Amino acid sequence: MSRLFHGLVPICRKEFLHILRDPGTLFFALLIPMLQLLLFGFAIDTNVRQVPTVVFDESRTQDSRQLLESFAASDVFHLTSTAGSANEMYGAIRSGKASVAIRIPYDYARNLQAGTPATVQVLIDGSDSTVAGQAVNTSIGVALEHSLARVLPDGKIPIEVLPSMLYNPAMRSANFFVPGLTAILLQVMIVLLISLSVVRERERGTLEQLTMTPVTPLGLMIGKMIPYGVLGFGELCLILLVMRVVFWVPVHGSVFALLLMSLPFLLTVLGIGLMISTKARTQAEAFQLSMGTILPSVFLSGYIFLIDNMPPFFQGISRIIPATYYIQILRGVILRGAGFEDLWANATILTIMGCAAILVAARMFVKQKS
Amino acid sequence: MNPVITAEHLTIRFGSFTAVNDVSFAVGEGEIFGFLGPNGSGKTTIIKALCGLLTPTGGTGTILGMDIRKDAAEIKRNVGYMSQKFGLYEDLTVGENIDFYAGVYGIDGQKAQRRKAEVLELTGISSYLKRRAGQLSGGWKQRLALACAIIHSPQVVFLDEPTAGIDPVARRALWDLFFGLSGQGVTFFVTTHYMDEAERCGRVGYIYLSKLIAIGTVAELQNLPDANPTGTVRIEIYIPNPSQALDRIRRIDSVREATIFRHSIHALVESEGLSSLTKQLPEARIAAIEPSLEDVFVTLTYKIMKDSK
Repeated sequence: MSRLFHGLVPICRKEFLHILRDPGTLFFALLIPMLQLLLFGFAIDTNVRQVPTVVFDESRTQDSRQLLESFAASDVFHLTSTAGSANEMYGAIRSGKASVAIRIPYDYARNLQAGTPATVQVLIDGSDSTVAGQAVNTSIGVALEHSLARVLPDGKIPIEVLPSMLYNPAMRSANFFVPGLTAILLQVMIVLLISLSVVRERERGTLEQLTMTPVTPLGLMIGKMIPYGVLGFGELCLILLVMRVVFWVPVHGSVFALLLMSLPFLLTVLGIGLMISTKARTQAEAFQLSMGTILPSVFLSGYIFLIDNMPPFFQGISRIIPATYYIQILRGVILRGAGFEDLWANATILTIMGCAAILVAARMFVKQKS
Repeated sequence: MNPVITAEHLTIRFGSFTAVNDVSFAVGEGEIFGFLGPNGSGKTTIIKALCGLLTPTGGTGTILGMDIRKDAAEIKRNVGYMSQKFGLYEDLTVGENIDFYAGVYGIDGQKAQRRKAEVLELTGISSYLKRRAGQLSGGWKQRLALACAIIHSPQVVFLDEPTAGIDPVARRALWDLFFGLSGQGVTFFVTTHYMDEAERCGRVGYIYLSKLIAIGTVAELQNLPDANPTGTVRIEIYIPNPSQALDRIRRIDSVREATIFRHSIHALVESEGLSSLTKQLPEARIAAIEPSLEDVFVTLTYKIMKDSK
């Protein structure tokens, strides 16, 4: 057993010395992700509010003004300008000054009084799908509300839906994005640091020297994983602290459970970093390969886009991405107060992935020596 | 001779490329064995195979009686290795580098402290103990690399171009260390480009195009039949302005090889043409000489190039 891991302790000790000697690594490891967290945490807001809207009111009646007031009251539309002609209205959208145009035709009030259907045209710039979707829903809602008010003079609606948001009542984007971002930041940092640390040894010839000593591949790899795992764990604690203090995202579940279930993810990304390090010849190559693992983790892990909305092929891919499972753990514990009993399957999958990654990396390492 | 390193018909192929072709030799205990050859001739590959890092395609070898195919792990515990890249961690201090390699070889506690003191004493690097390895000069880096390579008291040490790119004083100091250790029974296997280094070695092997061309003591190599082809003599030509004369001498039919050596020209000429050569160069003074090690290797290389054509 001890022969299998020969060299683990001295490698581990030496790696800690490297980290302490090189303040650049520490800075990169701890501060850069913090900056990214602040940037992304503040910048990403998918809640649609105050969309600039141009109004072309041909009717100019009390009825049309009432309708426009409802639009303005929705908080989704911000009536920024009025247009005097259809051309002017289209111009406002084309130039990007407005994303939505509301056109109330001259016969609006007349039709309304006569009991024939009155039409309102809502033009939406579809180039931002989130904004467009929200604008469509809200305008239909506004129209429906006005119609019902006309049909039911006492204003009593037979069925009332009471949507109530569990877990993220304020619908804040930070609550949704910051837990996911934690996974991405941890992955970037750890994959990069550990792969660079091995490739640096290859470039400087110390790896060749190590292969001439009794150090075993597993001893070398696990000796490298421990220091960077510790660094990653520290980073995780720091991210959670910033999340709580700066973004006011409360952790509904047990912090202990979250930290414990983070270990298999750390194991997996350390393994991925090691796999990269067996392939990359230069530090630049290691950097590129590390970044290559980040893209699918950002787009296919459910961090930004819902996995359920993806075509089956991409859903399949998302199932082999470790970040997918960890993001579910993070959101589960932080937002919904889930625990081991809900997320043990995710933790188990990550553990299996992690062990597999390390064994594959060790194999690749042995193979490439000969 | 009690052989410590042996290679028997060692052959190593990478795909269709043969890096080492049927190489056999034996190195005795306490010997300093020099291995010469141009870049890419297979020197490092042989070292890797002997240390058990590469499995030979054919043939076999032993280190201290252990089979290089089966006992790689045990061999690594008993050999030291130092390359031109040194294998040092530049951001760690001299002491930390030595501690690290002691740990890697499984030496700890009291024994590690004792052994560390010994290698520091031997290499004379104690005064730099707290200095970062990256701040040492080339010569001191090499001493540190040697200290790390012998921390586990190996009986066999492989040195892969250990003195590439350092100054002559540091080089000589390092060789003195090798001689000191070899006196204690440590066997050295040294690859080098330098002829003067090769001449310091007890025995020398010359590898060219993956094949071991010649092996023996310097005197044995100088007397090799292939280095002194029958019907030729090796001469030194003292002539005014040898650089100008060289071209003219090379064009003479009976001259097989000619090169400048200090203020004269060394040449290998056909015995029959010697008298006419003397006439063609009335201003020259000619004397017969022994071939230098360089002469031997050049002549052997030319012969192989001619034979393979």
